[in-house]
Amino acid sequence: MYSNRIYQMAVHLVLIMMGIAAVFPFVLLLSASLTEEQAIIRDGYRLLPAQFSFDAYVYLFNQYSLILRSYGITTFITVVGTIFGLLITTLVAYPLSRNVLPFRSFLSFFVFFTLLFNGGLVPMYLVYTDLFHLKDTIWSLIIPNLLTNGFYILLMRSFFSTSIPGEVVESAYVDGANEWVIYCKIVLPLALPSLATIGLMLMISYWNDWFNGLIFINDGSLYSIQNLLNRMLSDVQYLQQNSLSGQTAVVSSVPLGSVRMAIAVIGVLPLIAAYPFFQKFFVKGLTIGAVKG
Amino acid sequence: MRRGFHENRIQNIRKHGLLLVMILPGIIYLFINNYLPMFGIVIAFKDINFAKGIWGSDWVGFDNFAYLFQTQDAWVITRNTLLYNGAFIVLGTVLSIAVAVLLNEVKKRFASRLYQSIILLPYLISMVIVAYLVLALLNEENGFVNHYVLPLLGIDPVSWYADSGKWPFILSVVYLWKNVGYTCIVYLASIVGISQEYYESATLDGASKWRQVWSITLPLLKPTMVIMVLLAVGRIFNSDFGLFYQVPLNSGALQTTTDVIDTYVYRGLMTFGDFGMSSAAGLYQSIVGFLLVLTTNAIVRRKNRDLALF
Repeated sequence: MYSNRIYQMAVHLVLIMMGIAAVFPFVLLLSASLTEEQAIIRDGYRLLPAQFSFDAYVYLFNQYSLILRSYGITTFITVVGTIFGLLITTLVAYPLSRNVLPFRSFLSFFVFFTLLFNGGLVPMYLVYTDLFHLKDTIWSLIIPNLLTNGFYILLMRSFFSTSIPGEVVESAYVDGANEWVIYCKIVLPLALPSLATIGLMLMISYWNDWFNGLIFINDGSLYSIQNLLNRMLSDVQYLQQNSLSGQTAVVSSVPLGSVRMAIAVIGVLPLIAAYPFFQKFFVKGLTIGAVKG
Repeated sequence: MRRGFHENRIQNIRKHGLLLVMILPGIIYLFINNYLPMFGIVIAFKDINFAKGIWGSDWVGFDNFAYLFQTQDAWVITRNTLLYNGAFIVLGTVLSIAVAVLLNEVKKRFASRLYQSIILLPYLISMVIVAYLVLALLNEENGFVNHYVLPLLGIDPVSWYADSGKWPFILSVVYLWKNVGYTCIVYLASIVGISQEYYESATLDGASKWRQVWSITLPLLKPTMVIMVLLAVGRIFNSDFGLFYQVPLNSGALQTTTDVIDTYVYRGLMTFGDFGMSSAAGLYQSIVGFLLVLTTNAIVRRKNRDLALF
């Protein structure tokens, strides 16, 4: 009994240490964003601000138009991308789950071959820029990711075929419901848990996406939060040069280091704030998705 | 016989044609997003001249590939891609299983949930943010490690972003930090599925905790492990682009140890505009990747039919 207690304590100790390791860098980031600029230069990044200051956030607040626009872009692509991504995923997965689908084996192959082989980055880039001219449009941040992960189709399809009883669909059909009605009134409502899971995954990947912005967007007014951060990582002065108020006099006093960290904090905050609410769904989704994907 | 089949098919299309209408947007999307670029692989065999257009440019056969494999680049990026992903698979599997076993030992549900949530947190964050976090730790002048950790150990400050030799270690740590929370939950899910009776009878026989993990948990975890590892091996030629691009800050000084096929292809396209060489490297990656997926799928199918991709 005694050794069991020690064992339990050791288990908790190791896990607590891992938890600290997971959270530690975030604390450093938050602390840096709340530190007086000179104190960062003097004392480096610390766990607790050496000299507490809201300057970075005040500065961001004064530059709200730039930040707000990036936030708007990120929110827009997240909402629109998630909705259309879910729609198109289920619209592919549902027919594939029905064995009465005409040309079923060809269509399945057509969908799943995309998981195995791709043309690579260069042809993909040329298709979107040269053929469809989506460079520097907001659609280039949404369209390439709608069905990026073919595994979501696989997941959805097997969910439809295993957990929606064929008899239900069959009897609705006999009662005169057509496929649209079945899809809208029976299949989607029954699939809500997996819709939530895949919706979450799509949401997170749209919120976090910086890659499409990196290759397709040059126009700073179309930067999402992640692209703004990415730009500031390679060019610390970016914010300063593009501050819309143009107060050149105060430029020297701009707290660059802490402002960078403050934008990073703003970039992760919504996810971390929402996390406790979707954590359950998320874990469930990981475990369903993992075996197949 | 044959006619009957056709009539059936036509009848079926009449009856269930709406399903075809539903799937159409997705099929068109996949055609544009995935199939059109496949035709684009001809770029790898051309000397692209935008005045002439892609189709009008001159064919150069395998010249782009010849250039690629004559340089040191092809060897470096292939080596880096394979070594990094190989290390990630081994380290990731060992650490994830270890953490999953520990999490399973936590008897209080609330505590277990809490640990899971916290360890999973880094998985949710974009690589840009991760790059900021690493910068706060490793920045030469004011990074936390140089400022507080190294002095404590009596070591002089290190220029992390100038020393390529340190990056295999740094990138592995970052990879594990970001991903272990995800994979350990997968393993935890299959540990939870193991029948409690095994452990009860083992306890009656006087088996120690360690012995139980070794003789019950690990053997029963083997199928999941095999599948997870095989799936990862199938993708071993693809890297996490963000990890290798963002975290080393796309620094040229570090390229000997941080460049992988994905970053090479990206750089060829966006920085140098060398479409031919870049798509040759991309095609090399796609074809080897394709063969690896086929091979691993065949192995998975022999092990367990249900888990195979096709």
